[in-house]
Amino acid sequence: MDFDLTEEQAQLKDSVARLLKERYGFEARRAIMVTAPGFSRDLWASYAGIGLLGLPFTADDGGFDGGPAGVMLVSELMGGALALEPWLATVVLGGGLLRHGGSAQQRAALLPGVIEGRSLLAFAHTEAQSRYDLADCATSAREQAGGWLIDGDKRVVLHGAAADFVFVTARTAGSRHDPAGISVFMVPADTAGVQRRAYTASDGTQAADLRFDQVGVAADALIGTIGEGLRLAERVIDEAIAALAAEAVGAMQAALDLTLDYLRTRKQFGRPIGSFQALQHRTADMMVAIEGARSMAILAAMVASEEDAATRRRQMRAVKIEIGRAARFVGQQAIQLHGGIGMTMEYAVGHYFKRLTAIDTQFGDADHHLGLLAAEGGLLDAA
Amino acid sequence: MDLRFTDEEQAFRLEVRSFIDAQLPPATRDRMIAGLGPTKAMTVDWQQKLNARGWAVPHWAVAWGGQPWSAIKRFILSEELQAAPAPAPLGFNVAMCGPVIIAFGTEAQKRRFLPRMANLDDWWCQGFSEPGAGSDLASLRCAARREGDSYVVNGQKTWTTLAQHADWIFLLVRTDPDNPKAQEGISFLLVDMRSPGITVRPIVTIDGGQEVNEVFFDEVKVPVENLVGSENRGWDCAKFLLSNERTGQARVGASKERLRRLRTLAAAAPGNRGTMLIDDIRFRTRLTEVEVQLKALEMTTLRVLADENRQLKERKPNPASSVLKIRGTEIQQAISELYVMAAGPYGLASAADHSDGLPEWTELAQATYFNWRKQSIYGGSNEIQKNIMAKAFLGL
Repeated sequence: MDFDLTEEQAQLKDSVARLLKERYGFEARRAIMVTAPGFSRDLWASYAGIGLLGLPFTADDGGFDGGPAGVMLVSELMGGALALEPWLATVVLGGGLLRHGGSAQQRAALLPGVIEGRSLLAFAHTEAQSRYDLADCATSAREQAGGWLIDGDKRVVLHGAAADFVFVTARTAGSRHDPAGISVFMVPADTAGVQRRAYTASDGTQAADLRFDQVGVAADALIGTIGEGLRLAERVIDEAIAALAAEAVGAMQAALDLTLDYLRTRKQFGRPIGSFQALQHRTADMMVAIEGARSMAILAAMVASEEDAATRRRQMRAVKIEIGRAARFVGQQAIQLHGGIGMTMEYAVGHYFKRLTAIDTQFGDADHHLGLLAAEGGLLDAA
Repeated sequence: MDLRFTDEEQAFRLEVRSFIDAQLPPATRDRMIAGLGPTKAMTVDWQQKLNARGWAVPHWAVAWGGQPWSAIKRFILSEELQAAPAPAPLGFNVAMCGPVIIAFGTEAQKRRFLPRMANLDDWWCQGFSEPGAGSDLASLRCAARREGDSYVVNGQKTWTTLAQHADWIFLLVRTDPDNPKAQEGISFLLVDMRSPGITVRPIVTIDGGQEVNEVFFDEVKVPVENLVGSENRGWDCAKFLLSNERTGQARVGASKERLRRLRTLAAAAPGNRGTMLIDDIRFRTRLTEVEVQLKALEMTTLRVLADENRQLKERKPNPASSVLKIRGTEIQQAISELYVMAAGPYGLASAADHSDGLPEWTELAQATYFNWRKQSIYGGSNEIQKNIMAKAFLGL
């Protein structure tokens, strides 16, 4: 067991950290956020330039074999910088669907564009009624001559508006809640019948609601096996949870660092407020939460490649529970310890709080996963 | 980064398991499974078996019976012992006093005390806390004055765990009462519990147990050769001792064992309306939440252990290490609370008032819960840990 970074990983971490430090100051981020498309295409090209966008893909696919540990390192840094680019949507989610479900032809057709930074991807799965239930899929795909006809609505699709290709879950068999009968399709975003309503999400990232109105796609738009899209989606979402966990750790650590700086400099009653024990203990509690979360982000990277779905799922639920609890706690404490200044848009800590809040609500919040994990028999077997 | 146990580590785990299966007396294991602590005889017998195998003090210097193992390998041994469950080697001997003697003691002290300590021929207890010196340990007043070749000790220690079993006590005493810096007038002494002038008086704790004691010293003569390190530099030994055992405090293996057992018990315990307790969604959810917290603690423990070489080289603890005591004790306390919930009304029939119709674990649940409130208090209360974190790691 060895938690040290390899030389390659250390170099990767250095170059990403340097890039983000140079380009992601608070003011720079604000400018990126309020200017269409709400993230930086410039930075995206830089990510491609240092090899980030090919990180999780195999060398055969033109990637860099960075594995889950590489994704963890990069995601943590993205979290620290509150980066707005579609790393999760394009590389982790879209890229993950191609890695686990894409045929050789599909990977060859799409991955070079992703890796070189020319194509953006999005994964459309949440519906107005589905909440966190991936099996609840009302969008339908009917077989028609030479392909499929997709109908339905998807909500809060991460980076759904800028995506060049949208992966959408649609029912090819069964009824609304059936785990079987869901399939994943790749839809070029400019296909007739795709309507997109873009908005800036609560955390400053980009999202969109998508409507698929009699959208025709060719037979080779199917990703993976027909009717087994749920397994594919779960696999990829487990990887997304691992990436989110690392992102949360980066954001929590940054929020704590900001808070500590503030406590050391802000004076009341004639001394730095960080000298007060009531506040010191809150920061210690934040650190306890962050170290637990860091441990779980590492666990997530360990189990992300576990092939046994049930084992992986249980561990990943545990990760998301601990991350969700920690993210909420650390975010709230960071605001409280800043006092009034933490409530302002002009100050960074509130933006960390918002991102941390969002992370808990993506791909199942802590209570959602806790309920399911409890029903599945928990983490430890009886003895 | 490779986060799997190596083949060698996995093989070692199996080796430990089969050793335990072959050597651990069933009566000892049964008592441990029931949640009753081991008797003195059981602890001694088991530590001697471990010592014969070379496993009682693996973290000690090799010259004194240690093993050239990685921290991870030591963790595997202690995790398997806790999972069995088997008695742990006596902490006062192997984790506290032994390492101090190895680091600060003379050759003669090492030869005289260490082999008997490792083999539990001598049972040691810890004389640190006093009625007026708890979290503020350096304010201690138990004093030793020099008279020829002896120190003469007068004063009182308290919360002395298992002093009733002890052959020896390691003691912090004030040897320079005039030094204005409280930490600089303290010495570390080894005292034979059979010395004239020592009185041990039990303190009954809220669980009804007699685990801790007051120890009184009235003109107790201690040979000067029993001073460890330099006179008035005992605080160095104390600090070294207290910083030594953070990963042990997490007790991940023991908590896993308690949770696994609770799953079994809850499957056979009554729940609501004729169902079993394990089917109660609220109970299950609470149980699962603690399992998740324990998983995070386990990973944190492994991170700290794997980082040991760097910590030793740079003489800087891993920041995550201070998390271990706080989370370890919070989780153990949460588990003891789950047992109380699981026992429900039957928990009122305490073991002291034995009721024949109830399983033993229900009768022990509340006593254990009462007793385990100590965990967030001893070894530097969790609030003291947070003070330390704020200063050492958070720069406040």
